Amino acid sequence: MAARPAARRDGARVQRTRLSHRMSAWVRHHRLSAADSLRRVLERPAASLLTWLVVGIALALPVTLALSLDNLRALGGRVDTQAQLSVFLNPAVDTAEGKALAAELGARPAIAGATFRSREDALAEFRARAGFSDVLGGLEDNPLPHLLLLVPREPARSAALAEELSALVAVDEVVLDLAWLERLQRLTALGRRLVLVAALLLAAGVLLVLGNTIRLAVEGRREEIEVTRLVGASDAFVRRPFLYSGLWYGIGGGAVAAILVAGMFAALRRPVAQLAAAYGADWRLAGLGLVDAFGLVLAGGALGLIAAWLAVGRHLRLDPGG
Amino acid sequence: MISFERVSKRYEGGHDALRDVSFEIGADELVFLTGHSGAGKTTLLRLVMLLEQPTRGRVLVAGRDLSRITRRAIPAHRREVGVVFQNHRLLFDRSVFDNVALPLYIAGYDHREIGKRVRAALDKVGLLRQERAMPVTLSGGEQQRVGIARAVVGRPPVLLADEPTGNLDPALSAEIMTLFEDFSRVGVTVLIASHDLALISRLRHRIITLREGRLVGAPA
Repeated sequence: MAARPAARRDGARVQRTRLSHRMSAWVRHHRLSAADSLRRVLERPAASLLTWLVVGIALALPVTLALSLDNLRALGGRVDTQAQLSVFLNPAVDTAEGKALAAELGARPAIAGATFRSREDALAEFRARAGFSDVLGGLEDNPLPHLLLLVPREPARSAALAEELSALVAVDEVVLDLAWLERLQRLTALGRRLVLVAALLLAAGVLLVLGNTIRLAVEGRREEIEVTRLVGASDAFVRRPFLYSGLWYGIGGGAVAAILVAGMFAALRRPVAQLAAAYGADWRLAGLGLVDAFGLVLAGGALGLIAAWLAVGRHLRLDPGG
Repeated sequence: MISFERVSKRYEGGHDALRDVSFEIGADELVFLTGHSGAGKTTLLRLVMLLEQPTRGRVLVAGRDLSRITRRAIPAHRREVGVVFQNHRLLFDRSVFDNVALPLYIAGYDHREIGKRVRAALDKVGLLRQERAMPVTLSGGEQQRVGIARAVVGRPPVLLADEPTGNLDPALSAEIMTLFEDFSRVGVTVLIASHDLALISRLRHRIITLREGRLVGAPA
């Protein structure tokens, strides 16, 4: 009876050493598989480079599209914050009434700010601009109306606000130059959907390419797989080196994609900046950040793992005995 | 150690490889399994290795009913059963040492232990000096001995051999059989399928004969 607790303690120790033995064996096999798979990938540089390029180009395409869209949206966003309504007043409204209306509208909760621009100011401004002075000089009267510039608190509700304002007696016309902005937003929404579809299709393509590469590797090592299974290898043991092969192909492909995208945007940055400058805008092309690049490499690795899992799983299922 | 209880195996298409086979092999026995090709020898070995399941009956190894072993547990079972194949099934892209080390590597032994055990197994089959050689540079008999070293390196309690002397001349065959007898003497259960009747009848061990899937001379 007295020996029993001691025996149980021994049992626990055996259990623990067995577990730690299995853990270290597991870690060891991971290390060996990772190194062996990397060696096999690097042993055939031409074939591996080709795989990396295929994966890289397939991943670079949707990422380039997505980045272009992001840039467009950033551009749209800048206009959006500057959105304003131009309220042209009835010619019968005089300066004092116009100022009063500006103050009244400026106090409304839906309006963030209101500025009154008199017709005289507007004329002076037009005169100052090159090309207009000659035209305006020929006119006897000032054809320009008073103008209120309103900044809506919620740009999204600008259209409703414009309609409301145009009902006022003092108001002649409300110009809401946001139609193009809305179209741009619709287009970028459509673009985002297209990017998503393209990304899914190309990811499926990457899975097929990598799956096929791994399948060929499995075929090439069929005898080895059979023998290792006959001497007691588990499915996980058989799968492991191929998962690492998939990982290396995927990570390499992701890195190629990151390099391609970064290179492409670096080449475009100067012309885009020059184009923006020609429009008097201070706007820069946003490229691939370090975090994005890292994400791209990770995404490539994940696709490689999935592809390898599917390819080896298919082999293991078709050949259950070993 | 190995027991067959009224085991039948019918393959798809209706071919009966084994019919109502029952026998028992003790823990330190060496038993020859003989019969013409197609008599069911290989099927019987495949049942013990869990490459197949019987259509009827039970196969027990070390008291465990093999039909109750789950798919996940099959690898652990195979590590308990060393197998020597007629065509050796060595991996030609790696050295003799790495071939023999394979089962230990799978079982997760560390480097030092693997080195020790592989050298002990190679010493046993007389190939210690060839550990760095590639299998393709070895003779048929030497390749078969590498296969034997690989089968016993994990010290399995059961050793199966399918025509281990199939391609060897009589002198080499006798040498190989002596090796198996040595393993049997240290407590390993050995089951050898062979149709080399001249050789196995000279050795004084139990012989199980199959004819068209049935045991010959078995008690009814």
